[in-house]
Amino acid sequence: MADVLTLDKVDAGYGEVQVLRGMSVALRRGEVLCMLGLNGAGKTTTLKTIMGLVRASAGSVFLDGTELTRLPAHEVPRAGIAYVPQGRRLFSELTVAENIEIGLMTRNHGSETRESVLDLFPVLRERLRQRSGTLSGGEQQMLAMARALCVEPKVLLLDEPTEGLMPSMIARIRDTVAMLRERGVSTILVEQRVDAVLPVADRVAFIENGRNRETLDVEKLRENPELVHHYVGVG
Amino acid sequence: MAFGPYFFLATLEGLVMAAVLALTALGLSLVFGVMRVVNVAHGEFFMLGAVLAWAVATSISGHPALGFLVALVISPLVVGAVALASERLVLKRVNYNPEATIVATIGILYIIQQLALTFYGPDARPVVAPFDYRIRFPWFGYSAYKLSVIAASAIVLAATWYLLSRTRIGLVMRATQFDAETATAFGIPVDRVYAGVFALGAMLAAVAAVLIVPIQQAHYLMGHDPLLLSFIVVIIGGLGSLRGTTVAALLIGLSDGIISVFFSPTLAKIIATMAVALVLVFRPQGLFGVSAR
Repeated sequence: MADVLTLDKVDAGYGEVQVLRGMSVALRRGEVLCMLGLNGAGKTTTLKTIMGLVRASAGSVFLDGTELTRLPAHEVPRAGIAYVPQGRRLFSELTVAENIEIGLMTRNHGSETRESVLDLFPVLRERLRQRSGTLSGGEQQMLAMARALCVEPKVLLLDEPTEGLMPSMIARIRDTVAMLRERGVSTILVEQRVDAVLPVADRVAFIENGRNRETLDVEKLRENPELVHHYVGVG
Repeated sequence: MAFGPYFFLATLEGLVMAAVLALTALGLSLVFGVMRVVNVAHGEFFMLGAVLAWAVATSISGHPALGFLVALVISPLVVGAVALASERLVLKRVNYNPEATIVATIGILYIIQQLALTFYGPDARPVVAPFDYRIRFPWFGYSAYKLSVIAASAIVLAATWYLLSRTRIGLVMRATQFDAETATAFGIPVDRVYAGVFALGAMLAAVAAVLIVPIQQAHYLMGHDPLLLSFIVVIIGGLGSLRGTTVAALLIGLSDGIISVFFSPTLAKIIATMAVALVLVFRPQGLFGVSAR
């Protein structure tokens, strides 16, 4: 499979604090790549750097040959990347419909996209006029996913989407990620919980101290579960 | 005059003040709500609007209404352009840092004020009202122009509400207000939104100034009171809240009008300042304030 997104020796951080130190990782077309690592390893910063929300001080990010690191941050999503941030980051004072509209506006998609996304998350259709901050945690996560899917992305970045959710909702999110893979969407899934990623991942990248220590096929991890413990100290 | 008609007259005066204050304060509130910038130069945009209104109105011969209407269009546009240039050349370059923007807008305040003194002069100058008609109440006659200021302000407030709540531009502004980083992640060019909001805020102040300048004269120091009262209004109403700004402007405008007539203008200012202190202690986000990320 060809790579759709590549990070090549990326350095990035916040002010004087450098978080990414030569981060290199490649996302293949149509795969689900999970990033595992401890708190502070650089997983969220990697996603933010891809989105241009944190500027890379060295190295490059390419999407299908386009160098994203040269683009203003607001043009990155227009290139075809959607982002579901940690903690959902909904526009909580806006309604469900308005949050979805923001997603649609990103690449000027219309009612057809809106309807297909709402078909994926029918509960949102019943709550279109409700303020998004008043939704339950699971519904908020669905809305965060729906808003991102309105971008019709080539690449989807999910930052701990199962955080704080009940098992049935976690399964729902896994099913959605698997369905998107069937549709050809490539996904980077950041998680801290191994059990949340193994059922849906194709490969796993182990992030440590701002670097990608190793990327392994998930089959290899299933055959040797002790490798997870070896890389991130949890199993 | 008996108490009833006297009270009615004071209420009308208060409503005129509230109308102008609501527009001015809304501009300040929008800028802080969306950009988190405390625009200390806001009063100078108001003054610049008034001074430009005088310049435009006096340069056009014919019926006063013609000069006034042209000023009502030109003055806010020019003030908006000045604000846009200030935003691009100054605020953007300090990366909208809250502390730096306070200092920067103080600098903009003095630059605009001194330019007005240099080119306009120290004199207060009147602009002729577009029409001179008095409405005859049973107890007194009252300027129809002043009532039209209330109506015009209500129209502009309604248009702003429509822009914010019913249009794509308004949706983009509100999304930026609540979470600028996530807005960027969905393709919203936040710095352009900031530029537009800063210009819009200044234009609202300029519209208010054009409306008031046939009642008060244009003067290069006239920006101080609107700035102070706008801060009072947006603190009471809640920064970034159109509804809060309108309600607070009505409260402050009416109380100022009524208390000034029956007691003294100083007492009106004391009560307004006390109201701010009470709001800051008991409800710091203001009466209708919304929390932002």
